[in-house]
Amino acid sequence: MSSDAMAIRTAEAAGRPWVEILHEWVTTVDHKRLGVLYIVYALVFLVIGGIEAVIIRIQLIRPLNDFVSPQVFNRMFTMHGTTMIFFVAMPVLFGFANYLVPLMVGARDMAFPRLNAFSFWLSAFGGFLLYFSFVGGSGLYGAGNAPDVGWWAYAPLTSRAFSPGHSTDYWTIALLVSGFGSIGTAINLITTILCMRCPGMTLGRMPLLAWLNLVMSGMVLIALTPLSAAQIMLLADRYLGSHFFDTQAGGSATLWMHFFWIFGHPEVYILILPCFAFMSEIIPVFSRKPIFGYPVMVGASVCIGFVSMSVWAHHMFSIGMTSYANAFFTITTLSVGVPTGIKIFNWLGTMWGGRIQFKTPMLFSIAFLFQFLIAGLTGIMLGSAAFNWQLTGSYFVVAHFHYVIVGGILFALFGAFYYWYPKITGKMLSETLGKIHFWLFFIGFHMTFDLMHIPGLLGMPRRIYTYEPGRGWDTWNLLVTIGALIQSIATLVFVANLIISYFKGRDAGNDPWDAWTLEWSVSSPPPEYNFATIPTVASRRPLWDIKHPEDPDSRYE
Amino acid sequence: MSTTTAPITQAPPVWNLPYRGTVGMACLIIAESSIFTIFVVAYLFYVGKSLTGPTPREVLETPIFYTICLLSSSLTIHFAARFLERGKRGGFLGLWLLTIVLGGLFLFGTGMEWHRLIYEHGLTISTNLFGTTYYSLVGLHATHVTVGLLMLTAVLLFGLAGRVVPEQSKRVGVLAMYWHFVDAVWVVVFTVVYVVGR
Ligand SMILES: [Cu+2]
Repeated sequence: MSSDAMAIRTAEAAGRPWVEILHEWVTTVDHKRLGVLYIVYALVFLVIGGIEAVIIRIQLIRPLNDFVSPQVFNRMFTMHGTTMIFFVAMPVLFGFANYLVPLMVGARDMAFPRLNAFSFWLSAFGGFLLYFSFVGGSGLYGAGNAPDVGWWAYAPLTSRAFSPGHSTDYWTIALLVSGFGSIGTAINLITTILCMRCPGMTLGRMPLLAWLNLVMSGMVLIALTPLSAAQIMLLADRYLGSHFFDTQAGGSATLWMHFFWIFGHPEVYILILPCFAFMSEIIPVFSRKPIFGYPVMVGASVCIGFVSMSVWAHHMFSIGMTSYANAFFTITTLSVGVPTGIKIFNWLGTMWGGRIQFKTPMLFSIAFLFQFLIAGLTGIMLGSAAFNWQLTGSYFVVAHFHYVIVGGILFALFGAFYYWYPKITGKMLSETLGKIHFWLFFIGFHMTFDLMHIPGLLGMPRRIYTYEPGRGWDTWNLLVTIGALIQSIATLVFVANLIISYFKGRDAGNDPWDAWTLEWSVSSPPPEYNFATIPTVASRRPLWDIKHPEDPDSRYE
Repeated sequence: MSTTTAPITQAPPVWNLPYRGTVGMACLIIAESSIFTIFVVAYLFYVGKSLTGPTPREVLETPIFYTICLLSSSLTIHFAARFLERGKRGGFLGLWLLTIVLGGLFLFGTGMEWHRLIYEHGLTISTNLFGTTYYSLVGLHATHVTVGLLMLTAVLLFGLAGRVVPEQSKRVGVLAMYWHFVDAVWVVVFTVVYVVGR
């Protein structure tokens, strides 16, 4: 464990036995501690998943390389994808939601604190189970090791015949268990937001972060559960001899694809909506203006939630659907661009005419805006069935979705870390290290993922173990790998910043950014009970009202 | 400064938010509905696609009696909760017990049907696609009935020990919501398996 929770433990350790402190953290039901646990847990897996990515990239650095064996390569990309989505992105976003939502809606804790702890430990157990497969995956059959079926685990790869041993079962059960944890957290977040708001905080005055997490949680309920259902079916196929995805007995491999992508596509939005939430808090504060078009932002978020449920088969254009289905899923996919575009214009409108402060959180936010826009544009290209047939299964697709996940989600997350770290720890992150981190990561990111589009366009398929020289892919792959190494160094700078600033950082005070939402009204870190007296709000920016009694927002609402 | 800033304005005169138990259960029901939807879709997708017999038409018998049992248990639990609200302990416990008996009867019916299918017709989950989808869909529902019965029984035991008081009728209502959901799912499962699927 690299980062702040460990540091908090050592700092608290003065005079108290470590067993007692450990016991407190393990048995805690406090939403802030659980939030920190989620975040630290995700950071650990971020490093692990990052190492797997570097192994993949080193293997592809030059043609006919044999840095790892083909079997290990398959395990690496499977584990990299699974880890990054389920054990980095989900927990870190849930961690921030856990930490921030009760504070921002003026509550003392989540609606169901014990369910909250239970959900965290389920998710944590899922991650341990997945990685235990390295040890236990061979099982009695002596075959396999870590899961190697790809993160979407298409049938019939997952059938007993092609995946003996237990590696696939570890994958299945890990996702099932952590999925139940996610559903628990989603229930908790929705209930907290609907039932625990402080007096005066009507739905129309809620911070956008709460709104977006509300929509995200609703999507978890509807879209994550199909994955759980499909995993139950897969387990039944593997252990009870049922035939859901067994083509030999009339089952359908395509059905698994549908079930997986009914989850898989909304999952992207489950991950990006909380990042929209970070942007909607950070950009106004560093532009010194209230968010532009609040009601439209809410409407667009809900709209994205609905539309993104009906686009999943754009991942399956190449399996040969009817032309009606192709047309339908093309149209729905392209139409998601509308509410998303509205959001981008709203953020730009917030920045327009503002006194923009280029602090590290804002740098990451601005980079997010433009990178997410580009990711959206390649998404529209791939969302059109005709174009998709040319490039599906190529590195162009890999470049596209990494642009979303790294250029969008990860950049937004880094922004959130720099913005809320002072609240969580009471110390400011170093701006110097922050800027180094930003520029290194920015350069590394663009080197890797801008250039990765090109071998994709030149026909390089994804998931290949190696390739022959002279196809025009060599230089691109070399540069892409160098970019990945630069990103790794940048991430190390980030982790170093987290640790160094914890001990040496400037004291943050309650409200280092002169912000407007309720979490900045309490001390940093907040007391266990959050609010000594439950606050009352009269506008969307309660702290502005306090700071400017002569001209409060509430006068205009 | 470790406390909040002073209240900004006077508290609004009325500040009523929904009961968190109800909202939480509603969320759980949405999530569960989504899981059941996937199983129902799988069932409908595979209707008539089995490569070997037995087929639903040959072996399924419509469980009318047990269906009536389960559906009427929705009524009994509703009135049991009403009795509790009005503080009538006897009526509450009696109807609550009746709910458990009706639910138990339903589960018994499912068990008998499975026994008949397995031992008389040799239909198991691995026989064909019908077996696969039938046992998983009906089994998923039966699992929910079982969980519901366990929770209902826990409430009954607390009630017999005199620990269930009218102030808790809201919480009991949350459990009743779950039970209504289980019944509603059966209506769907019944339609899919015994009406459409044949
Ligand atoms: Cu998609």
